[in-house]
Amino acid sequence: MAYPADYKYTKSHEYIKVEGNMGIVGLTNYAQDQLGDIVFVELPEVGGEVKQGEPFGVVESVKAVSDCYSPVGGKVVAVNDKLNDEPGTINADPHGAGWIMKVEIADKGEFANLMDVAAYQKHAEEEAKAGHH
Amino acid sequence: MDQHEGLKKTPFYPMHLKYGGKVVDFGGWALSVQFSGILDEHQTVRDQIGLFDVSHMGEATIKGPQALSYLQHMVSRDLTPMKVNQVFYTHLLYPSGGVVDDLMVTKLRDNDYYLVINASNAEKDVAWLKEHAGGYQVEVKDISAATGEVALQGPYAQATLQKLTRADLGALGYYHVIPAAEVAGIRVMISRTGYTGEDGFEIMCSPEDGPALWEALMEAGDDFGIKPIGLGARDSLRFEAGMPLYGQELDAETSPLEARLARFVSLDKPEFIGRAGLMERQQRGLAKVLVGLEMVDRGIARHGHPLLQGGNEIGYVTSGMYSPTLGRNIAMGYVPPSLSAIGTEIQVGIRGKALRAKVVKMPFYRRPKK
Repeated sequence: MAYPADYKYTKSHEYIKVEGNMGIVGLTNYAQDQLGDIVFVELPEVGGEVKQGEPFGVVESVKAVSDCYSPVGGKVVAVNDKLNDEPGTINADPHGAGWIMKVEIADKGEFANLMDVAAYQKHAEEEAKAGHH
Repeated sequence: MDQHEGLKKTPFYPMHLKYGGKVVDFGGWALSVQFSGILDEHQTVRDQIGLFDVSHMGEATIKGPQALSYLQHMVSRDLTPMKVNQVFYTHLLYPSGGVVDDLMVTKLRDNDYYLVINASNAEKDVAWLKEHAGGYQVEVKDISAATGEVALQGPYAQATLQKLTRADLGALGYYHVIPAAEVAGIRVMISRTGYTGEDGFEIMCSPEDGPALWEALMEAGDDFGIKPIGLGARDSLRFEAGMPLYGQELDAETSPLEARLARFVSLDKPEFIGRAGLMERQQRGLAKVLVGLEMVDRGIARHGHPLLQGGNEIGYVTSGMYSPTLGRNIAMGYVPPSLSAIGTEIQVGIRGKALRAKVVKMPFYRRPKK
């Protein structure tokens, strides 16, 4: 699965798709593949604040529990409620229908800490090779 | 380059690579946590048939003129009613009644027994068995390294295996073995046992025959949709079937009585290691008992999460996950007997929140009767 060229990425395998002041946040294809079948998602609260690099939610596969780290700081303006009933959407379409939250971005300066698609692809490949599974 | 350097390999290691397993370090063994995906593999075993590499399990033989009297001293279950080719599930206990390991004992002949023990406990078990063998005319032999083992599990297990052997599988009862059979021309022992809640077999072979046996079974099961199954689904399948896992439901502090396995314990046997400890626990009253739990609130109880009532910690979760078959979040855990009645509401401490759960009947899953 290709990684969208216009998204920004974290080392911990989240992405953010920026649309004006808004960012749509989810897990990358690498993350969902490493987790395996996702069976539970704990979404953040709409209206809550998230901080860059800090946990905003939890995804659970059959075997593993994993925190999700926010790519940017800001206010949560929407969450993907559909994941409550169909958490496997993250596996099926991580970069699209499997999005987790929408954030009103507080400071675009934080983008400096994120990776572009080329850097992220390299990062994911290296982790895969190092056997992070 | 060896991708899994430093890990122990089973005879089926090349099959894990060939069939695209996600190989992990499982207690020092290179084994697949999944192949096609845990949910898919789980459902395949419930509806069709799956093939597992379980060669990491330990095997030992107990032979000698006093093998029976020695084992009667070592395990908690009375083995005298065992017939040749019968398998018993039982426990090795500490004097306290806590569990050294749970195991399968097969009687091959009089005073000739075959043990299957947990991978993570194999060294400890063999040392424990040898330590107590003094004074008995008995030989304890660790044959783990000389044994390959696969499990063939699911409704089509018999139909698949029967294609490859002249042994009459229809006549092989549950918890019985055919000690010397040929499967696809390979010498094996066939045991009608498993750890999934489905019908099926565990098949022991020489390590060098492993890959050929695996490929023959995969080919024979092709008509029935056979798939290789990893450790993830092995755990979810045994969990739904309410089967204990050492290190979770059983450990050195917990006895089979608390784990509701009393039917496998023969307290009427005059003597065995752990009997006094069990009697004492029973007389004093059990401090905890294993229950099934179903989440009422949204959340998944996991191994180690505290169980709560009225803000007090009253127990702990031993295993918990999303049940693929039931589509619900369920768990097993220890609670005081006073809170063990079906329907009792308690809470699970998950990431700082007290989420509601209720005590439900176990096992969570029982295979449909034919």
